[in-house]
Amino acid sequence: MTSSAGSDGRVYAAILAGGSGSRMGNPDKPKQFWMLGSRPVIVQTVEKFALVDDFDEVIVLAAAGWVKQTRDLMTRYLPSLAGKITVVTGGAERNDTIMCALRHIEQEHGIGPDDIIVTHDAVRPFVTNRIIVENIAAAREFGACDTVVPATDTIVHSVDGRLVESIPRRSEYYQGQTPQSFNAARLKEMLEGLGEDERAILTDACKAFALRGQKVALVRGDVTNMKLTYTSDMRIARAIVGDGGEDA
Amino acid sequence: MLNCVYRLVEPRTIEPVTLEVPLGGDRIVVRPTHLSICHADQRYYQGKRPPEVLESKLPMALIHEGVGTVVHDFGGEYAPGTSVVMIPNAPAEDDPFIAENYLRTSTFGGSTADGFMQELVVLPPSRVLPLPDGIDMRVAAFTELVSVSVHAAARFDGLAHGRRNTIGIWGDGNLGFIQSLVMRSLFPESRIVVIGRNDYKLADFTFVDDARRTTDDLSDLVIDHAFECCGGDGSVSAIEQIIGTIQPEGTVSLLGVSENPVPINTRMVLEKGLRLFGSSRSGCRDFARTLELYENNPDVVEYLESLIGVVRCVSSVADIAKAFEEDMRKPMGKTIMEWDM
Repeated sequence: MTSSAGSDGRVYAAILAGGSGSRMGNPDKPKQFWMLGSRPVIVQTVEKFALVDDFDEVIVLAAAGWVKQTRDLMTRYLPSLAGKITVVTGGAERNDTIMCALRHIEQEHGIGPDDIIVTHDAVRPFVTNRIIVENIAAAREFGACDTVVPATDTIVHSVDGRLVESIPRRSEYYQGQTPQSFNAARLKEMLEGLGEDERAILTDACKAFALRGQKVALVRGDVTNMKLTYTSDMRIARAIVGDGGEDA
Repeated sequence: MLNCVYRLVEPRTIEPVTLEVPLGGDRIVVRPTHLSICHADQRYYQGKRPPEVLESKLPMALIHEGVGTVVHDFGGEYAPGTSVVMIPNAPAEDDPFIAENYLRTSTFGGSTADGFMQELVVLPPSRVLPLPDGIDMRVAAFTELVSVSVHAAARFDGLAHGRRNTIGIWGDGNLGFIQSLVMRSLFPESRIVVIGRNDYKLADFTFVDDARRTTDDLSDLVIDHAFECCGGDGSVSAIEQIIGTIQPEGTVSLLGVSENPVPINTRMVLEKGLRLFGSSRSGCRDFARTLELYENNPDVVEYLESLIGVVRCVSSVADIAKAFEEDMRKPMGKTIMEWDM
């Protein structure tokens, strides 16, 4: 349910499109630029966010060298929403890219104590309106949240990769998706406070929050909110997009 | 836009499918919040429609009664967050004589197009109307059903002769309740009599002038016009009783849906010079009139609250199935799904 209780801080989306795409069949083209339905994956993803009124700005973080093309795509495919979308250059790693978004927000608007940033993988185009809206609400309430689905496969813990160390109770385990959403000021403080060695390990901002004893709420994800990592994922994604034409 | 649509693929089996829906122009994107289950949805869900009908219509998203909030209006008319009712009938043409809900070219959500069981519903501006401030969204959820009664009342008003002392309404279910309530409000001078089978249901029709059982002696009733709101197996006996009871030249509004042919005593129809006419669904104008009725007559909304039966928060396909199963078991009232998909 859409809430326009936007009085408590500004709300930003950071769409992380920094991937080089080297894992896809075509190494020259990052996976977010592959076509899904009639439009590139990144356009499908960004549109879902740009439609949500709570966002003051949707920041798309493109890999260096792809900024112009990404901007062109936004203008071409989302002309009536383009005013709300800004494309900036991302960083080398995930946390660097998030820092780029925070720096952009700081420079353009300043970061208020109640501002929220919703970070999302550009290659998860099946994110739903409910997931986005619930992320904003959970980040406002708890300061941070992670989108998850219950683990379906048994999780096996092994340290050496040869022998089973333990098999934890599955009902207590979830698989992480995105969005991951945060109070922007606290996220910036946490990322800036990471030492060099920590940066290498704490690639997941939610993990860093949790390790520092901060509350991270769970938001119910969806199995279809899959990440398009491999070429085979694209085939699944194209099968998910039914051939239904215009409805209602 | 990629949009997840929850379609009935075969009886009792709902599956999500993601469709690409074009946006822009003057389209309005609505997030459904409250959806209400209708008998028509149940006939699909339970597989009670003939196999060839199921074959031609499924997969299809059910539900044509629902409200939501505006997510984005590309035409700029509605602010995000505005509560609106969604209109399932979509006309493809304008006709000076035929109402939009009877045009063969119109589509209808949950019958000839996907209904409202969707992540987001994309509609043209003519298919969205703002709800009165502060209205109970659980009542607003079945505005479509009320608009069908309002439409029937308007048709009655246009076709029936001027003596409207007593109006008889056959049927003590949801539709009978709503039709009686609408007639009570729109024709305050008329005496409203409801005729039904169940004492325990008739007892809730507190706003009518008289409530009778179908098995009672009705010979003292002087019914000028009648509404048949039974449908199903009840249609045959209701129409028979109406024709036997009604005054000459009266009108008989037929609203109940039956899967089987219904025999009608045409000899008596001829003798009495009766006018039988069908009334189904509704159009944008009927929705607007219904919302006007809600605003001008808050009592109507309060009476309608008594129809709220099961209210279930729905956040998975299994929850949807539970809502449909619960709806099957209840004797009366509406099942409302709080849409959290």
